[in-house]
Amino acid sequence: MASKTIKVDYLARVEGEGAFKVVVRDGTVRKAELRIFEPPRFFEAFLRGRSYMEASDITARICGICPVAYQMCAVHSMEKILGIKVDDALRELRRLLYCGEWIESHVLHVYMLHAPDFLGYDSAIHMAKDHGDLVRTALRLKKIGNDIMTMVGGREIHPINVKVGGFYKVPSKRDLQSMVENLKWARDAAIDMVRFVAKLDFPDNERDYEFVSLRHDKEYPLNEGRVVSSKGIDIPVEEYDQHFKETHVEHSTALQSHIVGRGPYFVGPLARYSLNFDKLTPTAQQVAREAGLGKTCSNPFRSIIVRSVETVYAVEEALRIIGSYEQPEKPFIAAEPRAGVGCAATEAPRGLIYHRYEIAADGSIVHARIVPPTAQNQPTIEKDLTSFVADWLDLPDVELQHRCEQAIRNYDPCISCSCHFLKLDIDRA
Amino acid sequence: MADKKKPRLAVWKFASCDGCQLSLLDCEDELLAVAGAIDIAYFPEATRGEISGRYDVSLVEGSVTNAHDAERIKEVRKRSNVLITIGACATAGGIQALKNFADVKEYIPVVYAHPEYIHTLATSTPISDHVKVDFELRGCPISKKQLVELVSAFVAGRKPVTPPHSVCIDCKLRGNVCVMVAHGAPCIGPVTHTGCDALCPSFNRGCFGCFGPKETPNTKALSGQLAELGMDSKAIKRIYSTFNVNAEAFREESKRHG
Repeated sequence: MASKTIKVDYLARVEGEGAFKVVVRDGTVRKAELRIFEPPRFFEAFLRGRSYMEASDITARICGICPVAYQMCAVHSMEKILGIKVDDALRELRRLLYCGEWIESHVLHVYMLHAPDFLGYDSAIHMAKDHGDLVRTALRLKKIGNDIMTMVGGREIHPINVKVGGFYKVPSKRDLQSMVENLKWARDAAIDMVRFVAKLDFPDNERDYEFVSLRHDKEYPLNEGRVVSSKGIDIPVEEYDQHFKETHVEHSTALQSHIVGRGPYFVGPLARYSLNFDKLTPTAQQVAREAGLGKTCSNPFRSIIVRSVETVYAVEEALRIIGSYEQPEKPFIAAEPRAGVGCAATEAPRGLIYHRYEIAADGSIVHARIVPPTAQNQPTIEKDLTSFVADWLDLPDVELQHRCEQAIRNYDPCISCSCHFLKLDIDRA
Repeated sequence: MADKKKPRLAVWKFASCDGCQLSLLDCEDELLAVAGAIDIAYFPEATRGEISGRYDVSLVEGSVTNAHDAERIKEVRKRSNVLITIGACATAGGIQALKNFADVKEYIPVVYAHPEYIHTLATSTPISDHVKVDFELRGCPISKKQLVELVSAFVAGRKPVTPPHSVCIDCKLRGNVCVMVAHGAPCIGPVTHTGCDALCPSFNRGCFGCFGPKETPNTKALSGQLAELGMDSKAIKRIYSTFNVNAEAFREESKRHG
């Protein structure tokens, strides 16, 4: 087989604008590029001079699907500078809000964006014509995630209730209790979701990843923990910059990340699951085993199962938090700004996200740095695709293009975030 | 009803966070009904299927920040019978319009190691600066309720009902205690367009202007009140300079404060 270029000019069912290009010469894949052309919006530049209190509201606008991830990193960074620690019920409420985002984002990806590939439809809306109950169940489950966001955050997209030190207003015990019946239904629906996706067809594509995620002594990681990897990194988040570096490549408005001295790594549900299986609830562990997963999973095509398992976890964790919640006396811990540097990493639905801020004595931001999950994964996605495409070169272009798109959706790329991405271009000429 | 008679809808993205088009997928209770009443002809975030040809209505999210998009929006306009912008980016330029008031050449190296790879305009501008817009839906993000109203009105062939009054009025209707009077919280609800149902004051915080300026806003008088709360000019400038910084009333008031 000769040479050709396959390109997808605008990848569908991903969040943001991106494209994909594969260059094939004499039957060998020379290069796979994930082109991120999402226009840059320069958040790190215009955050300078803003108040430390504004960072959570402003950085939320980087991504409409995972605003909580940005808000949590921003407030935790600022709280480190101010020397305050948000604990007890306020900490639990933040975890609950994040559970809402995980449920909403994972269900969106599993059913609306990813499942149509496995079942042979263009979209969940087309899928609904033959699988009406499935899509209706998915929408109800997604809505329950959004209900948590609305209850705790004020609204599902760009919540308004997150504040440095805590929240503007905290819900009553009764408010939260009103969600329990729906969450109990959601637990059963999420378990059924794992069983459903476990029956899909998956190619054998185990990869040798260096997984990176947070890890916490007592819980599955959301807002807090050490940064660990499957090849030996175990550091406090303050040392992140010593181990991870970003570079700027011509074909992408997202910066790409590498582990210093080693190369690409992988964040997200597979990493989190493989590094923290022991911290999942017994039910989540059991449904994962029934779905044929081991304690680790390095086949990106099976990420749809892992996201479903994490959804079970998030629903159960929400129920646990609500069950033990007592309304705190004050919605936030007050503190005055002071000059300093603070950083934080949390687990966005798509993986580890890192923020670092320097603020002046008056609370104005001097320097901001934001490292979103998809930018960290971009080199790994390109490396994986180079390998996958080599096995698919005998396919007709239309089918090869569709396979590539499907493979990219395994990573649930969030392009608005990463550029703060997709177009497929297969060059065989 | 034969499918061919359904209106064709397209959803387009320019510089944005995807939140406003996500709002359509977040209409969990209405999505399948909407999909039953219209043909979703182009919506890459939701479907790889695409129906070529003209669109009865295009929903446009995001602002124009590069030369390629300045041309692309003209093509979208040509292929759309009705063009509706959704959200603060498309309607006012979004938070990224902060670069309009800075030196973009200075911005690029703050984020990117190779400024020569980055092609961006000096400004982030609303869609209406480039093509004729038939209707604008405000908000950062838009309100799901207003989006469903917009689509329903379009299918029924009537004008959407989206009132232009201030957040302040909604607050009174909800019976909220005024956060500015009672708690001294800075609030731009008196000059901000309704749409959120007075969300922030209902959570004990001041409005920060997600829906942009209302009709005939008295920003000057409000700024006087904000100064009396002890806000310095830098803080007053900041409060108008967020997601709708490039909307005329907020832009001009922001400029008055340095």
